[in-house]
This record gives sequence, structure tokens and C-alpha cells, in this order.
Amino acid sequence: MADEFRFPVEATHVLFFRRAVGYADAETSSAVPPTFPIAAAQFDPAYPLRPKPGEKWFGSGKEASGGASPRVAEGPPPLHAEQHFEYHRPIRIGETLTVTSEPGKTWEREGRAGTLKFAERITRYRDEDGADVVTGRSVSVQVFPKEAP
Amino acid sequence: MNAGDTHETVLVDDLTRTQIVQYAGASGDYNPLHSDEPFVTEIAGYPTVFAHGMLTMGMAGRALAEWLGDDALRSFGVRFTKQVWPGDTLTARFVVDAVEDGSAQISVSVTNGAGDEVLAGSATAAA
Repeated sequence: MADEFRFPVEATHVLFFRRAVGYADAETSSAVPPTFPIAAAQFDPAYPLRPKPGEKWFGSGKEASGGASPRVAEGPPPLHAEQHFEYHRPIRIGETLTVTSEPGKTWEREGRAGTLKFAERITRYRDEDGADVVTGRSVSVQVFPKEAP
Repeated sequence: MNAGDTHETVLVDDLTRTQIVQYAGASGDYNPLHSDEPFVTEIAGYPTVFAHGMLTMGMAGRALAEWLGDDALRSFGVRFTKQVWPGDTLTARFVVDAVEDGSAQISVSVTNGAGDEVLAGSATAAA
């Protein structure tokens, strides 16, 4: 994720997101859904889970995979374990938010499947006056399987 | 709104692969785990594609907004406890645990058709 980027909140993007999460009135209301901040990924120039021209993609083409997952230097690909949002005020269509992101805590524990390594990331969404609009906290987990005895 | 108030609603009946793709396109999360069958089965070792956790959270957030009003939420946080697969029917259950100082504490749970919890969390809302 880039350290900082701009997230224009646009009507068509909100419409497509409202459709995807099943709003019956997706076309007639312009309220921004509670989890819409996650879609800032569309505007993150360094977002790793979007194919980019001229770069190898780890999903299938001729082969089942085009290479290693780009998100981690080593270990299995992370899964999304938790997501939290704190809303300071509603997001409105037409505004442009500034998104900043930084790593948070890391911890690990032993689970049935092996060692679980957790990593937190804090994302702040601020408005044009620099005021907080939403604060996000995501937790990802990598599962390192137990070694065969 | 009072402590003990409960709201239950079906988030999706028979989740389709197409809705998962629709969510990928809207959210920008194109992780092949959610749409790419050869990658998922041959490389990642899952039986088939599965939904983004954020799709389940997104549907639960939509149901909270439909229940409480569009701008009511002050916070919303969840853990993803089990994978969601194409064909799943998901039901959300919201319970008001407490109301104080104009704020309602709400517990959030989403279960699949087998009764297994796939998402657990909480929300606070203007009461």
C-alpha cells in the first residue's frame, strides 16, 4: 500500500459498490455504504491485488499461476482476519479523501493448523481540511503449517 | 432502540460466483482466490473460489444501514471466522446489548446455512 494517496468519492463507484453488496435501492440512494472506505484500494497506486500492465500477475493465464503472491516477502499469502472502522462523520459523494496507512502491531499464536502470524494496519481517511473522517484497522493472518514430525 | 432489541435478516440467498466477481470489481480487490478457479484449486489448494470477507462485512454493513439509517454507525468491526462459498445463504443477526449516552452497542453475527458463524463482531450507533 502506498503511504499516502487521494481517494475521490465518486457517484458511479458508490453505485457499483452498492450493487455489489446488495442494496435494493442502489440506483436511487447515494448514501455511502459503511464498508466503502475499503474500496479506496482502487486509487492506491501501489495496491498489490490489482493486475498492472507489464507486470506479472500471480493468478492464472496459460499456467495456474504467474508467480509468487506479491504481498509478502516470504511465507503463505495472508488472509483477511479482521476489519474495523471508526466513523468520525459520514463520507459524502463529491469529496476527495486523503488516505494514509501505517503498520500497527504484530503478534503470533499457535493454532490447530500451525503458527498464525497476525499483522495490523491502520488506515486514516481525512478530508480536505485535514479532519478525520474514518479510521480503519485491518488485521491479516499468515498460517504457517506445522512441520511434518 | 432498547437493550435486547434484535434484528435478523437474510443477507444473501445462494451466493453466486458472479456476485463475488461484482464485488471484486467494485472494491478493487482482485485477489485470484476469489475468482480464479485454476489458481485456487491447483496453487492455493482450496476446493473452489470463496468470497471476500469484505463482501460479507459489506452485506452486513448494508443490513445495519437499512435497519438503523444510513448515517447511524459510529463504529463497525468484525472478525472473519469461516470462509463463505458460492451457494451459501447468509443470515445476519444483530442484538442491541446496551444503550447509554445516546449510543447503542450492537453485537453482530452472520451464519451460513449450516448454522456456522462466518463473521462475528460489533457495532456502535447513534441511538
